[in-house]
Amino acid sequence: MIVHFEPASEEGIATVVRAVAADKASLAVIGGNTRSGLGNPVRADRVLSTRRLSGIVSYNPAEMTITALAGTPMREIEEALAENRQMLAFEPVDHRPIFASSGEPTIGGVFAANVSGPRRYVAGAARDSLLGVRFVNGRGEAIKAGGRVMKNVTGLDLVKLQAGSHGTLGILTEVTFRVLPLPPASETIVVSGLNDAEAAAVMAEAMAQTVEVSGAAHLPESVRGRFLEGGLPDGAATVLRLEGLEASVALRAEKLANAVGRFGAVTRLDGPQTSKLWAEIRDVKPYADGTKKPLWRVSVAPSLGHQLVAALRLQTGVDAFYDWQGGLVWLRMEADPEAELVRRYIKVLGGGHATLVRAEDGYRAAIPAFEPQPLAVAQLSERVRASFDPHRIFNPGRMAAVSETATMEHGRK
Amino acid sequence: MAETIGFLQPKQAVITRRREIVADLADLLPEGCLISDERGLKPFETDAFIAYRRMPLAVALPETTEQVAALLKYCSRYGIPVVPRGAGTSLSGGAIPQEDAVVIGLSKMSRILDIDLFNRTATIQAGVTNLNISEAVSADGFFYAPDPSSQLACTIGGNIGMNSGGAHCLKYGVTTNNLLGVRMVLFDGTVIELGGKALDAAGYDLLGLVCGSEGQLGIVTEATVRLIAKPEGARPVLFGFASSEAAGACVADVIGSGIIPVAIEFMDKPAIEICEAFAHAGYPLDVEALLIIEVEGSEPEMDAMLASIVAVARRHGVATIKECQSAMEAAAIWKGRKSAFGATGRIADYICMDGTVPLSQLSHVLARTGEIVARYGLRVANVFHAGDGNMHPLILYNINDPEDAARAEAAGNDILKLCVDAGGCLTGEHGVGIEKRDLMLHQYNQADLDQQMAARAAFDPHWILNPSKVFPLEGRPAA
Repeated sequence: MIVHFEPASEEGIATVVRAVAADKASLAVIGGNTRSGLGNPVRADRVLSTRRLSGIVSYNPAEMTITALAGTPMREIEEALAENRQMLAFEPVDHRPIFASSGEPTIGGVFAANVSGPRRYVAGAARDSLLGVRFVNGRGEAIKAGGRVMKNVTGLDLVKLQAGSHGTLGILTEVTFRVLPLPPASETIVVSGLNDAEAAAVMAEAMAQTVEVSGAAHLPESVRGRFLEGGLPDGAATVLRLEGLEASVALRAEKLANAVGRFGAVTRLDGPQTSKLWAEIRDVKPYADGTKKPLWRVSVAPSLGHQLVAALRLQTGVDAFYDWQGGLVWLRMEADPEAELVRRYIKVLGGGHATLVRAEDGYRAAIPAFEPQPLAVAQLSERVRASFDPHRIFNPGRMAAVSETATMEHGRK
Repeated sequence: MAETIGFLQPKQAVITRRREIVADLADLLPEGCLISDERGLKPFETDAFIAYRRMPLAVALPETTEQVAALLKYCSRYGIPVVPRGAGTSLSGGAIPQEDAVVIGLSKMSRILDIDLFNRTATIQAGVTNLNISEAVSADGFFYAPDPSSQLACTIGGNIGMNSGGAHCLKYGVTTNNLLGVRMVLFDGTVIELGGKALDAAGYDLLGLVCGSEGQLGIVTEATVRLIAKPEGARPVLFGFASSEAAGACVADVIGSGIIPVAIEFMDKPAIEICEAFAHAGYPLDVEALLIIEVEGSEPEMDAMLASIVAVARRHGVATIKECQSAMEAAAIWKGRKSAFGATGRIADYICMDGTVPLSQLSHVLARTGEIVARYGLRVANVFHAGDGNMHPLILYNINDPEDAARAEAAGNDILKLCVDAGGCLTGEHGVGIEKRDLMLHQYNQADLDQQMAARAAFDPHWILNPSKVFPLEGRPAA
């Protein structure tokens, strides 16, 4: 039976960490446990949940910032934001459909995993909205980093490091982040019937226009029917989102439709359909099918996404769709071993990285979920990790490829 | 003047070996890339924080990443401190050297390596100036967003070191939000690459840690940054108010109403007078406070946004609204704002504060700033980025009067503490450097700083990189 801690205060968490350190034990850190499938499996003998560390500490809509305890459910944050017609610019993915998990995702988990959605390539990732954190480090000390203002260069930016560290650099106890006004209007321009390469060109063309496209995705014919209950027009759908004041969106939509009309048939989706479509793109609807079939999230330069898929198709069966102007590829393959194949092709094409988002437990245990790093960067990452968690308490195994391989290879020398 | 900010004691062992070191460094560099004579070193003794000066041991101006690597490998082997330098425009003393240090200046690495409009990125060497990036892509309809006032001179390497901001980051973010990747040299000469054209690199966000680390984690030699399509049009509008409080409240209300202009700049009466005399921008002289609010987009979009902003301003009793009629007028408005520091320098010496406060505290902090400066018998001009609460009180004094200088420094410290106590921070975009180093414990406790220093040591275990900066000299780990 694994010991399970649920402290209700930062000091309580610090006490647990000190005890765990004294016992030379380790801790799996969880929030709502809806994303525990992300990364490699954790090998820990105790579990700590931040679930009881919950609640919005302060929210001043006119300052566009919120401070919340790490275990605050996302639902509570989203409700508070909706009441004030505000939103999270980075559109966090809800991983429950992908993992078929239940429970409530927490705001701490969102930042620990740096979870970002379709607006990421123009508005930044979760890390770009995160202004300040409190966390407990591996020495059981409560640490403050950053603050609650948007411009802050006072000292080293430990805030960025915490974002996306998957709980391996400390246990987040409180987060302060920036929010934005909810755009009063939105519209999606759909260009139908493009192949992947044509779509990449159209998306790049749209991004060069002065219309502020806030979402650019390409949904090939194989997945198109899974969106909007099959409501998108026939053929592959290249979708471009515009958001802002009502009059402004209408003008820009006209302009964009004219600019891309020569590439294919154009249809337009209204605000409610736009919200639904982009939430489905965000949550990877076509592959949220209740299975544990391996799912890859590949990040490359936008011009390379379709080239990667085309190259892989010469080797194996591939199903994919694109977000971030083509730079984010959600990918399913029938290859074996697929990790080696996809990562080799990314290198050949010019760089990027592939994350194994979902797979059977056995597969996840055998393959580095995060892209392995060059040795010098891995060694540096390991030194950084040790500066936060010298006793290797937090989530051992989770980011194995990032720093632990460095120790292993270093040890072999 | 009397110096109140200390530097680390120079290492005598390094200084006595100076001649040998200079000879060794010369071997690592091409002809003409090493400066070691007193006259040549003089321009490098300070940066834009001119109250403090230190002559360096030598100045190296490498032309390639490999040369930077060779220099760092050599310096770390012999424990020689290294101070990286871009254009030397730091307002916090970030590039001020010390007697035992080798300055590594990146000014010769000023080539644009790759412009990739399909992926909207530019890859440039660290010595390329901020403005050069935007100029290189302007004809194609793109720009690089962060725009510090010194953008004509300051380099991207320095911008990354300080995580520089500018007037337009309200909409587009600061350097860290626009930086995609770097090539950098670690303390021991190891060359690494972080990030690139693919977003959100695997592993820890070391790129995010490096940005704003003030040259303490390594030396960036190349960077890849994000380009953005230029808006169809941009229009700055002047809003004059009878009081600073009214202007401050208007800023909070504009943001609270759900409109995010691309910039909201604030000037008080002394700043308006100084800038108008210099730039003839057409600023109204009969108001106590002025906001420059810029919107962008197509004409109808700008009209719609301005109508909402004007409605808010009216609620706050705006006294004057002045829309510019031409691109020339718009340029003059920004020229006045961006030359504020230089124009102030014409009438007095000044130190420029950089605290940031939550928007709800703007009026309170402005009023208290006035009281603090008056108590020290000095004058202040306020000109700053109001939309994100980043304040720049310019405290006017006479650099040749030691007592005046000490009073100015003391007043500045009081103002920064005020900013922190109001829920803000010591520095929004200029960096800690030496200037705010000894105030760090006002914002953080020792455990917070110890954690930062531990992360620093992961990059530079022997503290050879810009060692006198950022962290108070007391309470450091034994190197």
